[in-house]
Amino acid sequence: MPFIPHTEEEIREMLETIGVSSIDDLFDEIPESLRADTLEGVGPSLSEMEIGRLMQEKARQDSGGICFIGAGAYDHHVPAAVWQIATRGEFYTAYTPYQAEASQGTLQLLYEYQTMMAELMAMEVSNASLYDGASALAEAVLMAVRANRKSKSKRVLVPRSLHPAYRATVHTIVRNQGIELLELPFDDATGQTDLDALEIHAGSDFAALVIPQPNFFGVLEPVDQLSDWAHRNGLLAIAVVNPLAMAVLQPPGEWGERGVDIACGDGQPLGAPLSSGGPYFGFMTCRKQHVRQMPGRIIGRTVDLDGKPGFTLTLQAREQHIRRSKATSNICTNQGLMVTAATIHMALLGADGLARVAGACHANLNALVEKLTALDEEIEPRFSGPVFHERVLRLPMEVPQVLRTLAAHNILGGYHLGGDYPELEDCLLVCATETRTPDDLEKYARNLQRVLATRRQGACATMVRFDL
Amino acid sequence: MLIFQHSRPGRRAQAQAPADQAPLEGIPEAFRRRNRPRLPEVSELQAVRHYTKLSQKNFSIDTQFYPLGSCTMKYNPRGANAMAMLPGLVDRHPLAPESHSQGFLSAMYELQEILKSVTGMAAVSLAPMAGAQGEFAGVAMIRAYHDARGDQERREILVPDAAHGTNPATAVMCGYQAREIPTLPSGDVDLEALEAALGPRTAGIMLTNPSTLGVFERHIDRIARMVHQAGGLLYYDGANLNAILGRVRPGDMGFDVIHVNLHKTFAAPHGGGGPGAGPVGVSERLAPYLPVPLVAFDGHDYHLLTEKERPDTIGRLSAFGGNAGVLLRAYVYARMLGAEGMKRVADFATLNANYLMKRLVEAGFTAAYPGRRATHEFIITLKPEAKELGVNAMDFAKRLLDFDMHAPTTYFPLLVPECFLIEPTETEAKEALDAFVEAMVKIREEARQEPEKVKGAPCNLPVRRLDDVRAARELDLKWEPKGETG
Repeated sequence: MPFIPHTEEEIREMLETIGVSSIDDLFDEIPESLRADTLEGVGPSLSEMEIGRLMQEKARQDSGGICFIGAGAYDHHVPAAVWQIATRGEFYTAYTPYQAEASQGTLQLLYEYQTMMAELMAMEVSNASLYDGASALAEAVLMAVRANRKSKSKRVLVPRSLHPAYRATVHTIVRNQGIELLELPFDDATGQTDLDALEIHAGSDFAALVIPQPNFFGVLEPVDQLSDWAHRNGLLAIAVVNPLAMAVLQPPGEWGERGVDIACGDGQPLGAPLSSGGPYFGFMTCRKQHVRQMPGRIIGRTVDLDGKPGFTLTLQAREQHIRRSKATSNICTNQGLMVTAATIHMALLGADGLARVAGACHANLNALVEKLTALDEEIEPRFSGPVFHERVLRLPMEVPQVLRTLAAHNILGGYHLGGDYPELEDCLLVCATETRTPDDLEKYARNLQRVLATRRQGACATMVRFDL
Repeated sequence: MLIFQHSRPGRRAQAQAPADQAPLEGIPEAFRRRNRPRLPEVSELQAVRHYTKLSQKNFSIDTQFYPLGSCTMKYNPRGANAMAMLPGLVDRHPLAPESHSQGFLSAMYELQEILKSVTGMAAVSLAPMAGAQGEFAGVAMIRAYHDARGDQERREILVPDAAHGTNPATAVMCGYQAREIPTLPSGDVDLEALEAALGPRTAGIMLTNPSTLGVFERHIDRIARMVHQAGGLLYYDGANLNAILGRVRPGDMGFDVIHVNLHKTFAAPHGGGGPGAGPVGVSERLAPYLPVPLVAFDGHDYHLLTEKERPDTIGRLSAFGGNAGVLLRAYVYARMLGAEGMKRVADFATLNANYLMKRLVEAGFTAAYPGRRATHEFIITLKPEAKELGVNAMDFAKRLLDFDMHAPTTYFPLLVPECFLIEPTETEAKEALDAFVEAMVKIREEARQEPEKVKGAPCNLPVRRLDDVRAARELDLKWEPKGETG
């Protein structure tokens, strides 16, 4: 019986104490007609060795690709200490710190996290995290609609240059509350949000403007102008940013004249492995004046009976277990373990280390783009705007086919944009982080060159065998 | 001491970042950061020692008995963690091509099938990232179903007064009003009140069964018939699935949609408050609305289904496919249990709860529902002790910490005064339960002899009782170097 400690004798003693003759008797309040018989499709019990063998095989099937995909999840080095400490049982198997005195480890760590995240974003306060970047943005939109006292509007402006899956997630989460998302076009030349198109909305009533940095194309948005436009027109400004990029780029708290009102995003680049898309964590920071509208757990420092400093969950009056139907959100957890990892990660790297990682990623991307564009004059950057560690390239061949051929040679060559942006059908989003080596870049270039050569020879790319 | 107080300008963990700062070519000055954020500047050893020491200030399942009702704090197998962290799985990019994803996708497909089987539902989506998001997805599907039929008048979700706070909060997030249904003294839902509340405005009902009162809702058949007859749908909150795993299936009880907390029933870790995973299961009629992505199998290969293949979906709940790492851990656990092991979960969780309840009652404590069987958890009320000795449930809870046991859930559900909701789980041995009874008896004795000791507890932990009022009034939410005196 996996994980069940009872001996036969103990079972007998326990049943005797209860005063029943079998475990079945304990289910006598459940109507007979509802009892399940067999569970088909579950299979027999496996030992750790057996399931280990099975999982090794599954892991092996997915191994070997050199990753040049970014698009919201980034392959960074994570110090060994991060997950060795985060998976200590005391962090890994604790629950939400309701009993503060028995949870000072988690609580102090979350307080340190809030401090680090507020610093990185140059914002006044941070919560203790939400699920992921996309759902954090949805919560930020809901929060902005509640917090914008100047506007009664339930309409929010969202650039089309924002990650398509973020736009889809926000739509799923906010639409049932009557909130409307209006899309802003991007400039076809620069890849930045079109400021002229934005100006059309001046004077109309909106609750908030979402500003991504960098945007989905890796392009840097004119964040000062966007943030100031929002404030000039009575909107709250919501930043959604890559936290690693904020080690080197202007942080949301300093955008424009006043800084943004809410800054959120996905914390994955701070110590979370790619892990097929999760768990990551969503972060959220805001101005202090909005803290009571912010969803999620918040940790405060206080004192105990003896006046000794300690940490506790605070502002719980916003939350579902107290406010029920009037809560700011139905969320009742944060992503505690991911934040544990991120806090250790940030402590180990420091501001200097994060900036060096960001710099190395960016340099790798530039080197990759240089190599790939040198292969063929028809391969070129699609947008002229400045970028951070990710870039859109136009290819002279059908992109999905190129990606399939590259994948057959263990190059995961990037993300095809045609599915989300029909006008970018011939475009590929590529990323290189600090973990890619010069040899990796060389392999990518060499293989792409061979795919291109097949085009020139008029042969079918997928038929070609490459030697590596 | 905070990590920031170990910080010295210029100190670094040098092995962890590139040796040099590469120039940011192509990024104009106007976009660049001017002031470095004040993050800690510490050595690798300092960081490791600091966070290792912090971990030691936590209670956890690995170190203490943790009978937190409604949270199912069972053993989280180490093997599940090791396997989810295997290279190939832990470093798979969420947008990796299917050619490099068959291992991961096969595990997810099998997990969908396992969850269908144990819940008795027609289809499952693994997308929701937590129980509360599973609830959201479930109620959003109920709304999509009514909306698709043009049944726009249905705007009310019925919620028993014993329900978790997430239930009414979720109803509101889906644009519904939450309406409370009272519970009878027996612990069952008040059927007369339910009958009166049902009508053309009823979109559905959200039920936890066994309920948060630690008893099985005996009239679930009738409730299902009544709600369906009124045109509403039934939502099953899977918070307490551990009580019936392999014994009773929510699909057989008549539920149309359910969520499962994998971080409870399927032993994924709670991680200090997350991440979780809250897959949803549905009956045939709600299947088109399931959140994406889903995993399909064509007999040869596994594929991800998204909005394109599932046009009626309520949509996407995260940037990628949910908390894959949590799903992998749950998958490993489920395969280790197998069909027989799942049934034993309910059996031994129920045995432990009934044994502990009986022992506490024999020791003179008061069960809130004495005429009822305990399920996987039960409630005792410390109202008599509070009245007689002036020592309340919170005092008992804090003193238990001094006895090196985590406290049960206190003051929830709100219906029972001075309550402890106690869930021992199936992975605890008899001696842990006996030790808990001894501790409770001892604390009651202390409350008689030296009540101040109990009221002033805990006294063996890193801090004593904290001033929550001050925490909320004088908000101190981040460290500021200048405000520091110590």
